[in-house]
Amino acid sequence: MSHHESNIREPLLLGKKTYHQITEDVARPVEGKANNYWWLMLTFAIIAWIWGIWCMAYCVGRGIGTWGLNRTIFWGWDITNFVWWIGIGHAGTLISAVLCLFRQRWRLTINRSAEAMTIFAVMCAAIFPVLHMGRPWLAYFVFPLPNQFGSLWVNFNSPLLWDVFAISTYFTVSLVFWYLGLIPDFAMIRDRAIDKGRKLFYTLLSFGWSGRAKDWQRYEEVSLVLAGIATPLVFSVHSIVSSDFATGVVRGWHSTIYPPYFVAGAIFSGMAMVLTLVIIGRKVLNLEEYITIQHVDTMNRVMLTMGAVVGIAYFVEFFMAWYSGDPNESFIYLSWNNAKGVYGWAFWSLIICNILLPQILWVKKYRRNLYITFILSIVINIGMWFERFCIIVTDLYRDYIPSDWTYYRPTFVEVGTYVGTLGMFFTFFLIFARWFPFIAQAELKTTLKATGDLYHNPPRRLTHNEEALVPQNS
Amino acid sequence: MATYIHALYNDDDRLIDGAKKVREQGFSIKEVFSPFPVHGIDKVMGLKRTRISICCFIYGCTGFSLAFWMIWYMLIKDWPIDIGGKPNFTWYHNIPSWIPVLFEATIFCSAHGMALTLLFRSWLFPGVTPKNPDPRTTDDHFLMVLPAHSEEDELKLIATANATGAVEVKKVHL
Repeated sequence: MSHHESNIREPLLLGKKTYHQITEDVARPVEGKANNYWWLMLTFAIIAWIWGIWCMAYCVGRGIGTWGLNRTIFWGWDITNFVWWIGIGHAGTLISAVLCLFRQRWRLTINRSAEAMTIFAVMCAAIFPVLHMGRPWLAYFVFPLPNQFGSLWVNFNSPLLWDVFAISTYFTVSLVFWYLGLIPDFAMIRDRAIDKGRKLFYTLLSFGWSGRAKDWQRYEEVSLVLAGIATPLVFSVHSIVSSDFATGVVRGWHSTIYPPYFVAGAIFSGMAMVLTLVIIGRKVLNLEEYITIQHVDTMNRVMLTMGAVVGIAYFVEFFMAWYSGDPNESFIYLSWNNAKGVYGWAFWSLIICNILLPQILWVKKYRRNLYITFILSIVINIGMWFERFCIIVTDLYRDYIPSDWTYYRPTFVEVGTYVGTLGMFFTFFLIFARWFPFIAQAELKTTLKATGDLYHNPPRRLTHNEEALVPQNS
Repeated sequence: MATYIHALYNDDDRLIDGAKKVREQGFSIKEVFSPFPVHGIDKVMGLKRTRISICCFIYGCTGFSLAFWMIWYMLIKDWPIDIGGKPNFTWYHNIPSWIPVLFEATIFCSAHGMALTLLFRSWLFPGVTPKNPDPRTTDDHFLMVLPAHSEEDELKLIATANATGAVEVKKVHL
C-alpha cells in the first residue's frame, strides 16, 4: 500500500490526526448538541423559506401575471435563478467526480458538503421552471407520457426537453453518488451510537453496511465508475442549459460559445458557493484542521482559473458583437450600448464582481486570507447572478422594433420566491451539517498516511507524545 | 461447529502484512472488516476482480437502446410532429437533436443500474442487520476472520496474528 506524497506538498490534515481522531472529529457535530448560531441560522433560513412558500403559493393561485414579466422580456428572475442554482450545483460534482479522476487528495474533506450543496441547489433550481409553466400541476406533461389529447408526445428536438432529461438525470445520479459515499460513514456513527433512537436511525440509513473486503472492492469500483460517468454528465448538463439560449434565434443568445462558457461560469460560481459554505462550516463544526488554509488556497486557484475562462468568454462575446458590424448585435448584453444603457448598472455589476475583483486572487496573501476569500466568494456569486440576469433580461429588453423597447422590474413575488429558495437551501444544508457526517471520513482515512501531519514526509522530529501515537511498523 | 480466529489490528499496513503471512502458510482468510478500503487486501485474500463495471456498460447500452427506441417510436413512428415546417418522418435527419437525450438516458441507466447492483450483490438495504463482529471495525480497527480446522491450525494462526502485531486475537465458535 503506497502512502507516497511529494515532499514539497503541505500536509492536508493538520493536528496529528490518527484514524480514531478522525472518527471522533467527524462524529462530534452529529453526537453533540447544536450551538446557538446553528439555531439562529436555521430560524432565519426557515423564515425565508416560509416567505418563499407563501410567494410561490400566491404565484400559483394568481398566475404568473404576478411577476414583472412583460412583452419581449418573457424570462426574468425565474430563469436567472434557475441557471444560477444549477450553476452552483456544478462545483459539487466537479469536486467529487472530476477531482476524483485527477486523484486530488484535497477534495476529500470538502466533497461531502459540496455534493450536498449540489443536491440542494438542483432542488432549488427545479422550482423555477416548474413555476414558470404557469400551471405547475401539469408539470408531468414534460415527461414522455401518452396523454388523452391524442397521441401527443413531447418534442425531443427541443432543448427545453433536453433540460428535463439532463436535470433529472443529474439530480438522481448526484443523489446516488452522495448517498453511496455516506453509507460507510453512517455505519461508523451507528457503531458508536449509545442511545437507542440514534442507533436505529443510523442503522436504517447505513443499509447494514459492515465494511467487508468484497463490499469495499465493489464500492471502490462503483465510486470510480460513477465519477467517470458523472464527469461528462456535469459538462452535459450545463451545456444543455446553455442550449436553452444558444438554440434560440435571439441575438445575444444565439452564440456557439455558450456551452463551454456556461460550464466554466458554473464551476466559477459553484466554487464560490463551496467556499462560502466551508468557511462557515469549518468554523462552526471545529473542522479547521481538516479544511485548512491550503484547501482554501487551492479552491481559490480553481476559482481564479475559471474566472479567467469566463473573462475570455466575455471578451469574445464583446468582440464578436462589435466585429459583426450588425446594429442588432451591438445591443447584446456584452456591448457598449448595454454598458451605457438603462441596464448599465447590471452590466457593470457583472464586470466588477466577475472580472475585476477576482483578480486579487493572483496574490497569495489574499488567497490564503479567509475574510477576503469569504467576501469574494459572495461577491462572485452576486456577479454570476448578474451574468445570467444580463444574458436574459438585457438581451430581451431591446427588441427589433423600437416601440417594443421596455424595462423589467421584478415584483415582490419573484424576489420572495428567490429568497425562499435561499431559505430552503440553507435549511437543508444546516440539517445536513447537523445530522450527516460533514466529512467523508472513510475515504479520508485512506489518505491519512499520505497527507496527515503526523505521517508527513519527510518526517519532522516528532515529540515524545507524538511518537507514542504512531503505530510502530508503519 | 466451525472455529474462527478473529485477529484485530489497528493499522492497515500491519493488517496486510498479517494477511500475507497467513496466506503464505497456506491458510485461507474468510473475511476482512475494515473502516475504509484497504488497497491490496482483495488480492492477498484471493478475491476475484469485481465485474460490476461490466454490468455498468451493459446497463448503459440498455439505456441507450431503450431511449433510441422510445424517441423513434414517439417522434417518427407514432406521431411525427411538423415543427417549423420540418416534419419528423426520418430518424436519420433527426438524430443530431436526439444526442442529448440519448446521452442522458445512457448515463441514467448505467449509474442507477450499477448502484442497484452494488446494493443487491452486497445486500445493503434499510433494515439489514450489520454483520461486522466488532463495532470498532468502522472506526479504526481492522478485523480478519480466519477459519481454523484443527487445534494445530488455531495455534499457528494465533501465533501468526500475534507476531504480525494484532492487538487482539480471539477464538470464536460459530
